[in-house]
Amino acid sequence: MTPLAVSIVGAIASFTLVVVVLELIRSHRLRERYALLWIATGLTLTALSAWRSGLNTIAGWLGVRSYPPAVLFAVGILFILAVLLHYSTVISRLSDQNVLLAQRLALLEERLDEDATG
Amino acid sequence: MSDTVATAASAGVMAGFAELRRVAIVPALNEEVAIASVVDELRAFDPGLDVVVVDDGSVDRTAAVATARGARVLRLPFNLGIGGAVQTGFRYAFEHGYDIAVRVDGDGQHDPSQLPFVLEPLLRGDADIVVGSRFAGDRYGYRSSRTRRVGIRLLAWVVSRIVGQRVTDTTSGFQALNREGIALFARDYPHDYPEVEATVMVFRHRLRLREVPVSMRERGGGRSSITTLRSVYYMVKVLLAIFVGLFRRNVVPQEDAR
Repeated sequence: MTPLAVSIVGAIASFTLVVVVLELIRSHRLRERYALLWIATGLTLTALSAWRSGLNTIAGWLGVRSYPPAVLFAVGILFILAVLLHYSTVISRLSDQNVLLAQRLALLEERLDEDATG
Repeated sequence: MSDTVATAASAGVMAGFAELRRVAIVPALNEEVAIASVVDELRAFDPGLDVVVVDDGSVDRTAAVATARGARVLRLPFNLGIGGAVQTGFRYAFEHGYDIAVRVDGDGQHDPSQLPFVLEPLLRGDADIVVGSRFAGDRYGYRSSRTRRVGIRLLAWVVSRIVGQRVTDTTSGFQALNREGIALFARDYPHDYPEVEATVMVFRHRLRLREVPVSMRERGGGRSSITTLRSVYYMVKVLLAIFVGLFRRNVVPQEDAR
């Protein structure tokens, strides 16, 4: 069984994550689109931390007998990987758009210069 | 022109209309098939209406077709999504000092002959934003997939409870706005699936929103950008945005320096 202290600290930490994410959305510092994965992470980890017998059962399915909280870490790591991968796609899109913006700007400036001189 | 225009005109409601500077904002993504008749119909409905097509990164001939039909075209360098595209139009309307903006989708589902219904409360001074609803009243000409209808109903119910006024169609992009409405949306407009959040925003800013029943057509061409899976994703996102938005401080609408 998971040590009680691990469950309590895990639940508090994960729930804090959810609250922080909601506050970031509220203050316009985080867009909903990028917050959904974080909220899913926070809620899942909160649930797994607080629902001690559930974590035990899931650990049993996965063959983790010695230390059920290992499942908590595994799930946490999976979610973090998902968030990072998501960010990689977002960064890729942003850099593509950035290239396009720079090119459009250069073309526009050239057109303005042409109007001014010609 | 339809009887309704004549009726409204004789009632004096449309009387001051000709003096107002008015613009139609038409967001379009890959609508080369439908966009020509949308622009034509808008110009036929009211020759004094400036038509601005916001091309949201189309990869077809949408912009060229719209330009050829006499519309002004704002070409976004890449796809911003419907919220960003529509707000580009509101910014244009704000900066160019328009008194009235109507929003009409580029796919042809909004029939310009229905515009008098949407404009009437605005011209009477009864509303700042008027939304053409498919579900208000009995003019029920709208067919759609089951999932989407359920989603639209659910969002309408949630929004109605929050704003304390019955709202039947929170996803309609068939709208008319006065200068106050334009100023608000030029400053702050939601992303992706914007009409739902925008409705809540309008009430929080104490602007007056009215719904009028309209009938909408089947889409003229292209494909809806919203599939079932995406509908569910948007639903979750929009609900989250609404609930978090309730705890948000209001932004100040764009200063009107006209």
